[in-house]
Amino acid sequence: MKKLQLFLLLSTVTLIFAFVKPSTNNEGYKVGDIATDFSLKNVDGSMVSMSNFENANGFIVIFTCNTCPYSVAYEDRIIALDKKYKNLGYPVIAINPNDPEVQSGDSFDLMKVRANEKGFTFPYLLDEGQKIYPQYGATRTPHVFVLQKVEDGLKVEYIGAIDDSSRDANAVKTKYTENAVDALLNGEVISEPNTKAIGCSIKVKS
Amino acid sequence: MNKILYFVLCVLLISCKTEKKEAKPTSENSTVEVYEFNTLELLLNKKDNKTYVINFWATWCAPCVKELPYFQEIHDEYKNKNVEVILVSLDFPDKLDSNLIPFIKKNSIQPKVILLDAPNENEWIPKIDESWSGAIPATIIYNKNKRSFYEQSFTREELINELEKFI
Repeated sequence: MKKLQLFLLLSTVTLIFAFVKPSTNNEGYKVGDIATDFSLKNVDGSMVSMSNFENANGFIVIFTCNTCPYSVAYEDRIIALDKKYKNLGYPVIAINPNDPEVQSGDSFDLMKVRANEKGFTFPYLLDEGQKIYPQYGATRTPHVFVLQKVEDGLKVEYIGAIDDSSRDANAVKTKYTENAVDALLNGEVISEPNTKAIGCSIKVKS
Repeated sequence: MNKILYFVLCVLLISCKTEKKEAKPTSENSTVEVYEFNTLELLLNKKDNKTYVINFWATWCAPCVKELPYFQEIHDEYKNKNVEVILVSLDFPDKLDSNLIPFIKKNSIQPKVILLDAPNENEWIPKIDESWSGAIPATIIYNKNKRSFYEQSFTREELINELEKFI
């Protein structure tokens, strides 16, 4: 009898874990969810958490990297976003979600080089151990999450693309991320809280 | 050493950028057809007797390049079973001549390659599949009875197993 109980218990536990186990097509956050804070290593050697930014009203969290052509195409536009919105209370925080052992061009050392060369005005963090991007549900680089500080924490207000023209900054018609942050600043409803764009898959060990 | 490598890479990238080659429509010599989304969409909804394997990839996408040989293989092995493989490249259109065509020649890519020149990704990505986040590689396998979408990389066995479900 005891054996049966043990068997049942084990089966239940196995079943639960089968469903709880983070799947590869992870669900992640949806607009309206409360996002986790993190403590990740910045290219300047410091550890960065969103709780460090006392004066911020929210954040533009962007999962991006050195190696993805789409990320590279957006570097100048990410710097511009930070310059424009940092003073309005929504600084950019960039996070590299890739495993440097899979994508050597995304190593911490090369992140420092890239941040230096481009003059990144925002923290550029490494998701060491790849614990943060799955919680957010980032699937590609670049992938934007706009968060707003509320009583319960950091509320996800926008998930998606920076704008509608990854390949050509001069052909942008709609600046999705800017529109989202502008709406938050004006106390308005975000008209397009979810958008999509082509990007590079996040590099993990297979 | 890394710094030097990186510098060389950057110089290469910058020199590519300044070339500014125009994307050409299909010419006789070209192995690639350039499609707008509307043209591609027709290929995604055929009602004939074939099974279509449509893979979204790019030359700069390492996991895509890694799985390409498997798509080549099914292109060869399943021809007689009414399977058509189509490779939809998401390389930037200005890299058609400098990257995509040389890559196809160098690797003797046999399946049909289409360069999708479609801005406004937010509009067309959901039309390919509601669930697609936009990350590549991604693949559709469909015929007139059945359709599946995969936002993932395939091993050879996984790809063949999935394809067999359609045959």
